[in-house]
Amino acid sequence: MGASLRDIKARINTTKKTSQITKAMEMVSASKLNRAEHNARSFTPYMEKIQEVVASVALGSNDASHPMLVKRPVKKTGYLVITSDRGLAGAYNSNVLRTVFQTIQERHRSTEEYAIIAIGRVGLNFFKRRNIPVALHITGLPDQPTFADIKEIANKTVNMFADGTFDELYMFYNHFVSAIQQDVTEKKLLPLTDLASEKKLTTYEFEPSQEEILEVLLPQYAESLIYGALLDAKASEHAARMTAMKNATDNAKELIRTLTLSYNRARQAAITQEITEIVAGANALQ
Amino acid sequence: MKTIKVSVVTPDGPVYEADVEMVSAKAQSGELGVLPGHIPMVAPLEIGAVRLKKGNATELVAVSGGFLEVRPDRVTILAQAAERAENIDVARAKAAKERAERRLQAKQDDIDHKRAELALRRAINRLNVANRNF
Repeated sequence: MGASLRDIKARINTTKKTSQITKAMEMVSASKLNRAEHNARSFTPYMEKIQEVVASVALGSNDASHPMLVKRPVKKTGYLVITSDRGLAGAYNSNVLRTVFQTIQERHRSTEEYAIIAIGRVGLNFFKRRNIPVALHITGLPDQPTFADIKEIANKTVNMFADGTFDELYMFYNHFVSAIQQDVTEKKLLPLTDLASEKKLTTYEFEPSQEEILEVLLPQYAESLIYGALLDAKASEHAARMTAMKNATDNAKELIRTLTLSYNRARQAAITQEITEIVAGANALQ
Repeated sequence: MKTIKVSVVTPDGPVYEADVEMVSAKAQSGELGVLPGHIPMVAPLEIGAVRLKKGNATELVAVSGGFLEVRPDRVTILAQAAERAENIDVARAKAAKERAERRLQAKQDDIDHKRAELALRRAINRLNVANRNF
């Protein structure tokens, strides 16, 4: 018997405490996930409507063009990467960061050709450590972000495309599939090339003109795409953390089980040894 | 009286949904009134109040820009932020107004200046709507 009874007892106790914490975190994440899904649902009507209008306006007539709809030669690419501020979420952050890192290695040779827009502290630190240029960043977003929380960075990001700092923009984040599955997704944000809508297109009158409406509509649309990605990523974050914490709790339970087993064995061995000693002592006296 | 369905939608969820007799809003090209049966139209909005006439009452919704989509039987206003008059946090709007005024006084570069100006206009708009100053 390696460890003494007292050592094993102490390990059982600490593991129990840890499992209580992970259990609590699991439940907190579950309720946060619930609210995140609710947020994503209340965002859907806005997204659907704006998508429908953008498709109608931009595709309605072919003579309307706007810089945000047109592909241009790419000199510099922007990558918007959504990670969490804290860890303890399993592979949530590392999955996204690995994908982004590989993509960058494949597509670019010099740091002149790209820059990162980092949402979340984990991502920011990752890119800083690797000397990858970070153009913009935001950390400390609440668990249930409102549009106002990211309006500024969304606005700046879209402006960086508009003023020619970037010639294309991609978003990388974890897409929420279900509570147990989140997929790393790469989505082209700008230029807006993928505008097809299943809904019937409406022909509108424009007040004042189509160009001026696109001027207002497209940046607002791009910003809402960023917000949509953030809501999606937040739901994934809570789901990933919930799963990670559930695994931790399960592992702790398993560990407690094996530890209790060896505790009982050690106790039994100690008793047996004591009896042997007593019997031996009694025999010696005879 | 014929009515038209109006919804004001923001990224954080729907803000207003009702059948009204008339919608008026401040578009970038000027004041705009929409009655039931209007032809389909899209117009960008200024920071301002949307007035919704229902019987004798007029309800106010503060919007920070966005745009208005009209169809014969419904009007949708898509704004990045919007509040009904009774839901406006007056204390917060006042604080935002003062903050924006302070920023405007401190000379800064163009972008910050422009942003502060917009923030000021949004705050003033909210206060006006909350006090029904229209």
